[in-house]
Amino acid sequence: MFRFTSRPDLSAGVREGPSLIPATGHAGLLRSGKKDRAIRFVLFVTALISLLILAAILVFLFVEGIPIFRKVSVWAFLSGREWYPTSDPPSFGIFPLLMASVAVTLVSTFFSAPLGVMTAIYMAEIASPRVRNIIKPVVELLAALPSVVIGFFGMVVVAPFLQNVFDLPTGLNLMNASLMLALMSVPTVCTISEDAIQSVPKDLKEGSLALGATHLETIFRVILPASLSGISTAVILGVSRSIGETMVVLMVAGGAAMIPTSLFDPVRPIPASIAAEMAEAPFRGDHYHALFALGVILFLFTMGFNLIAAYMSGKHKQVGAATL
Amino acid sequence: MEEMISKKDTTIVAGESGIRPDGRRAPWRTWRQRIAFTMLRLATLINGFALAVIIGFLVVNGWRAIGWSFLTEPPYDSMTKGGILPCIVGTLILSLGAMAVALPLGTASAVFLHEYAKPGTTVRLIKFGINNLAGIPSIVFGLFGLAFFVTWMKLGVSVLSGVLTLGALVLPIVIGTAEEALSSVPASYREASMALGASRWQTVSRVILPAALPGILTGAILGVSRAAGETAAIMFTAAVYFTPHLPTSPFDQVMALPYHIYVLATAGTQIDLTRPIQYGTALVLICLVLGTNLAAILYRATLRRS
Repeated sequence: MFRFTSRPDLSAGVREGPSLIPATGHAGLLRSGKKDRAIRFVLFVTALISLLILAAILVFLFVEGIPIFRKVSVWAFLSGREWYPTSDPPSFGIFPLLMASVAVTLVSTFFSAPLGVMTAIYMAEIASPRVRNIIKPVVELLAALPSVVIGFFGMVVVAPFLQNVFDLPTGLNLMNASLMLALMSVPTVCTISEDAIQSVPKDLKEGSLALGATHLETIFRVILPASLSGISTAVILGVSRSIGETMVVLMVAGGAAMIPTSLFDPVRPIPASIAAEMAEAPFRGDHYHALFALGVILFLFTMGFNLIAAYMSGKHKQVGAATL
Repeated sequence: MEEMISKKDTTIVAGESGIRPDGRRAPWRTWRQRIAFTMLRLATLINGFALAVIIGFLVVNGWRAIGWSFLTEPPYDSMTKGGILPCIVGTLILSLGAMAVALPLGTASAVFLHEYAKPGTTVRLIKFGINNLAGIPSIVFGLFGLAFFVTWMKLGVSVLSGVLTLGALVLPIVIGTAEEALSSVPASYREASMALGASRWQTVSRVILPAALPGILTGAILGVSRAAGETAAIMFTAAVYFTPHLPTSPFDQVMALPYHIYVLATAGTQIDLTRPIQYGTALVLICLVLGTNLAAILYRATLRRS
């Protein structure tokens, strides 16, 4: 390691003797007093708060959600085809809600994944820095739009449009919800994919171009394969965002608790059910517990997607210059 | 990896005969690229188009509703007339309150993770917690707030419950941006301070935090804007359908802009009659949210340049 520097080389001395300035971990030895240790402890406890909140969310969701399974078996809850929580006797079958969530998420990913990845490719590879400086804030502002505003837009603009164009009984349906959800998850997909594309080592790209490949061929055969795990992470986080998004599906999905058979059926995804019914559900009644059980399912879904995404991005890190 | 890519490169050159005998590229390869790039450009334009349409639509329909009385009066006549003052005040209290909770906790967490902690299981576990917290849907935060703050801590449906729920929701955002800000402080600052004999805390509090402050504040602004637009998390914890009064204690319920839009657009008895108010409220909300966001983006851009 040769570096031309005017600084005297201190690092050698530090490395051999007892280190006065360890990189992390301890206060400087000269002043390491009780006060510093106390501060360190306080900061440590504060840092634990995120973990504690996560644990508390898990505990409280389960405590309020589990009692429903004294009335309905887990299997009947998951596979029951009828969600009539307020009729007498009530029936708590969440299969239609589950299918609605899955359908809405799949259709929205069908739109958002290609759109997000294409935008990311354009931003990372093709756009000039000046254009990029315009697009990036646009994507960030799109991400910042409150979901209730997008839901409102879906209700007053997209719904009448769909109703007229496709001659439907209602414009509030699966398709409308999916389009609005796609709008919300494109920024997620785009930002993370762009990071992944940017992190592909430059030598790969230059090597490909030097061999005579066009820029397009380089993008599709070199850059995208090398950033594939990062892009998959992006798509999975987009899916996770879609499945938990509430206001949009509450306002534009139509609200009918039935298993969708067409793209234009009104549906009632899980978050919409929770949001719409909690106000009317009697406190700590069966309905209330059932809604918390829906919350548990939503939590497990998103947690699962996040774990998959974390695993994928862990793999993605290895596709750096070090392994090539 | 290397093998795979070099094999593919060979296919490009030899397999598809994209190279003419004189060594130049066949024209269709250039054309294919042009067409593909145009499609990518179109995909990007769709995003800008969507943003422009939504904002434009709200501005065109909403600006007429907004006037001095709209911003300073409470609603009356079962919300078909009057203004949205209680909603504006409620949203400001909730979002600023959430930040008052999340900013100190988030900054302290980031300082611990970035300046104190040794890499190991504990740090991995804490980061796992933060990442997962960031991915939890806001409706689940709402349920948690209802079960924990409203019911278990007996705070009731109140400003305080809402602030704490929103605080938990924006905490990962604050930690993320604060960590980024801390890591952009040059290592030489740390070394210089400690070489002068300062303890780690002195270094953190007098050298590193002041240097990272602008970045941390950018994160705080983004967090406020996120909290201001949040609906599902406050539905069960803080927001109320209608109250003409402004909150006087942390245990009062409040109206909020996003919840007001939702209520008027879906649950009201006079949905069509209140449409202008819905447009106006939505416009006020996006001005607040996008305005703060744009401020943060521009501020960050100037920071990066300097």
